[in-house]
Amino acid sequence: MEFRIPIGDVAEDGVDWIVKNLDGLFRVLRAIFVEMYDAVEVVLSTPPFWVITIIVALIALLARGWQFMLGSVIGLLLIVAMDQWSNAMVTLALVLVATFWALVIALPLGIWAAKSHAFSNVIRPVLDFLQTMPAFVYLIPALMLFRVGVAPGIVATIIFALAPGVRFTELGIRSVDKEVVEAGQAFGSSPGRIMRQIELPLALPTIMAGVNQVIMLALSMVVIAGMVGAGGLGGDVIASLSRLDTALGVEAGLAVVILAMILDRLTNAFGKRSGLFALLMKKRKAAKTARQQELAA
Amino acid sequence: MGARRAVENMTTNIAVKVENLYKVFGRKPKEAVKKLKAGSTRDQLPSHTTAAVIDASFEVKEGEIFVVMGLSGSGKSTLIRTLNGLWDATDGTVSLGGDKITGISAKHLREVRRKRVSMVFQHFALLPHRTVLENVAYPLEQQGVGKSERLASAAKMLKMVGLDGWGEKMPSELSGGMQQRVGIARALAADTDLLLMDEAFSALDPLIRREMQEQLVELQATLNKTIVFITHDLNEAMFLGDRIAVMRDGQIVQVGTPEEILTDPANDYVAQFVQDVDRARVLTASSVMEPTRAVIQANAGPRSALRTMRDQFLSAAIVTGRDRKVLGMITDRDALKLVRAGESSIEAKIQKLETVDRDTPLVDLFVPSVESRLPVAVTDPEHRLLGVIPRVTLLAALAQTNPPTEEMTILDKPLPSDVVEQALMSSPEVN
Repeated sequence: MEFRIPIGDVAEDGVDWIVKNLDGLFRVLRAIFVEMYDAVEVVLSTPPFWVITIIVALIALLARGWQFMLGSVIGLLLIVAMDQWSNAMVTLALVLVATFWALVIALPLGIWAAKSHAFSNVIRPVLDFLQTMPAFVYLIPALMLFRVGVAPGIVATIIFALAPGVRFTELGIRSVDKEVVEAGQAFGSSPGRIMRQIELPLALPTIMAGVNQVIMLALSMVVIAGMVGAGGLGGDVIASLSRLDTALGVEAGLAVVILAMILDRLTNAFGKRSGLFALLMKKRKAAKTARQQELAA
Repeated sequence: MGARRAVENMTTNIAVKVENLYKVFGRKPKEAVKKLKAGSTRDQLPSHTTAAVIDASFEVKEGEIFVVMGLSGSGKSTLIRTLNGLWDATDGTVSLGGDKITGISAKHLREVRRKRVSMVFQHFALLPHRTVLENVAYPLEQQGVGKSERLASAAKMLKMVGLDGWGEKMPSELSGGMQQRVGIARALAADTDLLLMDEAFSALDPLIRREMQEQLVELQATLNKTIVFITHDLNEAMFLGDRIAVMRDGQIVQVGTPEEILTDPANDYVAQFVQDVDRARVLTASSVMEPTRAVIQANAGPRSALRTMRDQFLSAAIVTGRDRKVLGMITDRDALKLVRAGESSIEAKIQKLETVDRDTPLVDLFVPSVESRLPVAVTDPEHRLLGVIPRVTLLAALAQTNPPTEEMTILDKPLPSDVVEQALMSSPEVN
């Protein structure tokens, strides 16, 4: 007889047991995800495309400047021209909901990992597991637990996109200058205040890089989630694959790329001081300094 | 060195008391302490335990600058961090103003840090995302002081360290020296009696460092804080310290005034350490002076003056009043003339004599020493004679060797003794 450990069977039994016994819990979770997704999707899909485009353009201008604004507008208009607008809005809604939950879970875990070596040692292999497990595999239990629709897509996306959020938060907090943290302690700050006033603000650029990664991973997973009926651009990509429809595949794929680039550049700009917003802040500060110097003189 | 003198007039309350303090990092620290107490050395401990501080005991008096000096790895940074509980002691106690801070709760410890101890850091440790003014106000914010009030007192502190008008800048816009002044202003804003300074000036370039040291001494003269200052720079230690603790391999090898450390090193290590120090700036007249042998009272007659000088083979002697105040000097030739003329007092022939205060650093003694015919006379502030510094002694102190036992300051040859003898015999006795 061949030697074999039936890990797969054990996992299957486990999932079966959960499906049988924790059905109530997953009903509630499913309701929460579906409701949230519906709300965001309504907000994004109801207004005509030009309203959303103008809003994105304004955010782009504030965050990075006019070049980025121009690029975003052209990209969004291209999506409209390819007739992928409503799909793109569905995908965006999925990404936003999944990213929100991924961050809600990842940030506290990251903070905990930064504070506790023991927890860091425990969570690291878990994160490795989450990141390297082929993304499709998450879809199977998700499908069983949440049934076809957006919910399994969102859940698989949350799990898949979680890891960089935890890793970057831990890294960011750990690499805050130790002496500055010590200064907080030396002047009698409580650990909570040190976290809020020193560690998180100083770790923010790194954490934002993590957020950026989470969004990128979420976007790539949301496309795969099209397989379980999450809809959006992913639905079209999967459809084009099964029908060998090159035209549809290219159009849906391009729309994903455009969304990805806009989201990437946008989240990259947070935490850095660029764009119109930073310019306005700088002007305000300069005016304040001038006023103070006048007062002093 | 104004700070040093201020201490003498202070009541000597103990601000910090450290008793048998141990700090061991690594696994099983308590066991390591037991081994150390049983006589193990630091190197005999298992490789995963590091004894950073071993059996440290000292007291810091209120209002003094207490310098802890040692090379890197000597445990001085760990030591200073046990004084505000950033590291908790493995064994032993630390008390601030009589209250123990070892073994108290984290909450209580934060209270102590807010109200009683503040700290200045080697790399400034300013909050980079806050303005200079907000940085200085940070300790007050932790104390729960209202916004307008804390910003107002922060502005005052900035003015005190000479950074008026820089409050709205970000720390990164300031030079290193200025950033550390912000660090000092922040520590002062906390308004604690005790100030810990961890290599506060080590990251600054030498010229700025000197300037900051002088500014600190100046500030200290008006504020009169108790300061514990960590440094690896001996000259800095000597310049700032009222007292210095020398650390090596986690142990305090000597505690004393800069002069004591220079003139009486506890062991070869300290002796070697202090070799390179600029002794002329650290040693003061009082630490190298010798007892005066040839002193003549002003009311003595010329005959006894001449006799004294003859007996000691001197060509001149210091003249003091009844209260030992220095009046001047007299030469044997003048005394001889007075004897021959039958005068009864030497007062007419007393010449002016340069004196130096006991706190004068040796570097300022060269000129008087060269110009004076006699060894330089050292006096207290009331101008009373304390001792003398012959040239040989001055040079020997700088060369770090023992001066020759015999006095060799023969500037003018003394009168031949037979001439003196004859004069004393032939002239009438007046006294």
